[in-house]
Amino acid sequence: MAAGNPSSFLMTRRRALALGAGAGFAAMSQRALAAVRVDITQGNVQPMPIALPNFVGGTQADGDVASAVTQIMTNNLRRSGLFAPIDPQAFIEKISNPDAVPRFPDWRAINAQALVTGRITRQGDGRLKAEFRLWDVFGGAQQAGQQYFTSPDNWRRIGHIMSDAIYERLTGEKGYFDTRIVFIDETGPKERRIKRLAIMDQDGAGVRYLTRGDELVLTPRFSPSTQEITYMSYGQGDPRVLLLNIETGQREVVGNFPGMTFAPRFSPDGQRVIMSLQQGSNANLFVMDLRSKATTRLTQTPAIDTAPSYSPDGARICFESDRGGTQQIYVMGATGGTAQRISFGDGRYSTPVWSPRGDFIAFTKQGGGNFGIGIIKPDGQGERLLTSGYHNEGPTFAPNGRVIMFFRDLGNGPSLFTVDITGRNEQKTPTPSLASDPAWSPLLS
Amino acid sequence: MMPMEKFIRAAGLAALLGASLALSACANKQNDAMASAGASTPGSQQDFVVNVGDRVFFESDSSELTPQSRATLDKQVQWLNQYAQYSFTIEGHADERGTREYNIALGARRGQTVREYLASRGIQSQRMRTISYGKERPVAVCNDISCWSQNRRAVTVLNASS
Repeated sequence: MAAGNPSSFLMTRRRALALGAGAGFAAMSQRALAAVRVDITQGNVQPMPIALPNFVGGTQADGDVASAVTQIMTNNLRRSGLFAPIDPQAFIEKISNPDAVPRFPDWRAINAQALVTGRITRQGDGRLKAEFRLWDVFGGAQQAGQQYFTSPDNWRRIGHIMSDAIYERLTGEKGYFDTRIVFIDETGPKERRIKRLAIMDQDGAGVRYLTRGDELVLTPRFSPSTQEITYMSYGQGDPRVLLLNIETGQREVVGNFPGMTFAPRFSPDGQRVIMSLQQGSNANLFVMDLRSKATTRLTQTPAIDTAPSYSPDGARICFESDRGGTQQIYVMGATGGTAQRISFGDGRYSTPVWSPRGDFIAFTKQGGGNFGIGIIKPDGQGERLLTSGYHNEGPTFAPNGRVIMFFRDLGNGPSLFTVDITGRNEQKTPTPSLASDPAWSPLLS
Repeated sequence: MMPMEKFIRAAGLAALLGASLALSACANKQNDAMASAGASTPGSQQDFVVNVGDRVFFESDSSELTPQSRATLDKQVQWLNQYAQYSFTIEGHADERGTREYNIALGARRGQTVREYLASRGIQSQRMRTISYGKERPVAVCNDISCWSQNRRAVTVLNASS
C-alpha cells in the first residue's frame, strides 16, 4: 500500500506567529482565550460574529489569491453554523498591514468578537506564503498566529487549513475543512443511470472523476491515509470490492472470493478491508488483511449481514443484520463472536457508521414510509433522529464527529447534505450533478 | 497530483471490461422492445420474453415466490428444457425503498430463490448464473407503488451468445 503523508508536500514549514510584545502579550492572550469561545456541544448555538477582511496581497500580483483564500475561509466558517461572518461593507478599519495591532474599537463598534487578518505572498522560490492572525476583539489581544508555505496549486488547501486552525482555536475542537469527500456522481435517466466515482473538497470545489461511468460503481470509502478508496464495482463476472490508489490510478480486486463482495470499509489502521460476501441467500461479513491477503470470516448466519463499520480503536464492529427478522444494528468484537443488538425503536435500522470520536453510531432509519438519519450511542442509548422524510440515506461523519453528510432524494435524484449531530444547521453540499454515497475523508494534514 | 497516464490506462481497461456489460444490457432492452412487437420465432429470445415471460415479481422486502411466479417459472423450465442450448443469467432486483447495501443482498436473495426453484425443476446449475443489481436498475421510474412493484423482480436473461 503506497502511503505517503499528504502534508509532507504541502507544508515545508509551519510556525507560530507572534507579535513583538513578548511575554506580557502572551499572558494577555491566555486570558482572552477564555473570553472568546464557541461552545459547540450545545444544540442551540448563537453563531459568533467574526470579521474576515480580505487578506493582503504581499505583492501586487497576490491580491486575487488573497481574496479567494479569504472567501474560502469565510464560506467554511459560515457553513459550520457556528460563526456569522460580518458583511465586509460594515468594516470601519481597512487592514493594510496584518502585522500591526488592529484598531479594536473599530471592530467592537460592529460587534465583531473575533477578527482574522492575514497576508498571502508569492516567495522568490515560487512557493506561496500564507499568514494569519486571529484577534480577540473585546479582549484586545492576538489569540493565534500561523504561517504556512506551500506550492501555489495548494492555495485552496491553505484556506481550509487556516479555517481549521481558527475553528480549533475558537471551539476547542479539531476542524474538518481540510478534507475531501468521495462520492458517486450520477447522470442520465433513472433507469439508465451512469455512476462515476468522484472526489472533491469538502466544500464541493475541485471535483475530479476517478472512473469513466462504464462500470456501475457504489459505496466508495476512504482509507485512513486518504490515498486509497475501496468501493464496489460491476465489471466482468461477479460484482466485487475494489481498491483504487488515487495517486497512481492503480486498481486491484480485494480478495479472491467465490461470489459477490460488497459494502467495503477500511479498518482504522488501514491494514484491513471488511465487507460482505454473498453466499446463496445469505450475506456474511469477512475481513481481508491487505498485506498477507488472508481472509477471515466474521459472521455465519442465515441472514443479510452487511454495512460493517469499525469503532475508531478498531476493537469493535457495528453492522446491520436482518437475523432477527428485520434490519437492525448490531455491535460485536472485531474478530467476530457474539453480536449485541443495539437498535430497538420502531422501524428498520441500516447503514450504521461509527463516529471517529467513538461516541455515536449514525444510521439510516426506515419507518412509516420515511427514511431518516439518526445517531445512537454504541450501547444503544440516546437514539436521536436528525432528519427525516423520503428519502435520506447513507450517513458519513466528518473527522471531528460533529457533522454528518448523507444523501437525500426527494424524487428528482439524490443530492448531498450535511447536518450537525445536534440536528441543526442542515446544508446542501454543491455537486456538479446528482450525487450519492458520500464518504468523508480524515483530515488531510 | 495524479499521474494521468497511469490513471487513463487503468480506466481504459475498465472501458473494455465495461463494454460487454453494456452489450448485454442492450440485448435486454431489445427484448423488451420486441416483446411489444409481438412477432417471434420459436426458440428465439423474443419467443422466451413474449410467450413465456422472462420475469417474476416479489412482495416488498420478500424473496418468496408467489403462485403466479411459480407458474411463470414452470413455463420457463419447459422452454429452457426444449431449448437446451441457452445458458442464462438470473438478475435479482429491488425497488428503491431500501438502503443500498441491503438491497444488493435482497436482489441476490431473489435471484437465488429463482435459481433454486429452476434447479429443483431439473435445470442444470451450470447453465445458470445469478447477479444482483439491488436498486440500481429500475425498469419503472415513478415514485409510487405501481412502479415499485414492477422493480421488485428477478429477470431470466438468456445469454445472447448461446
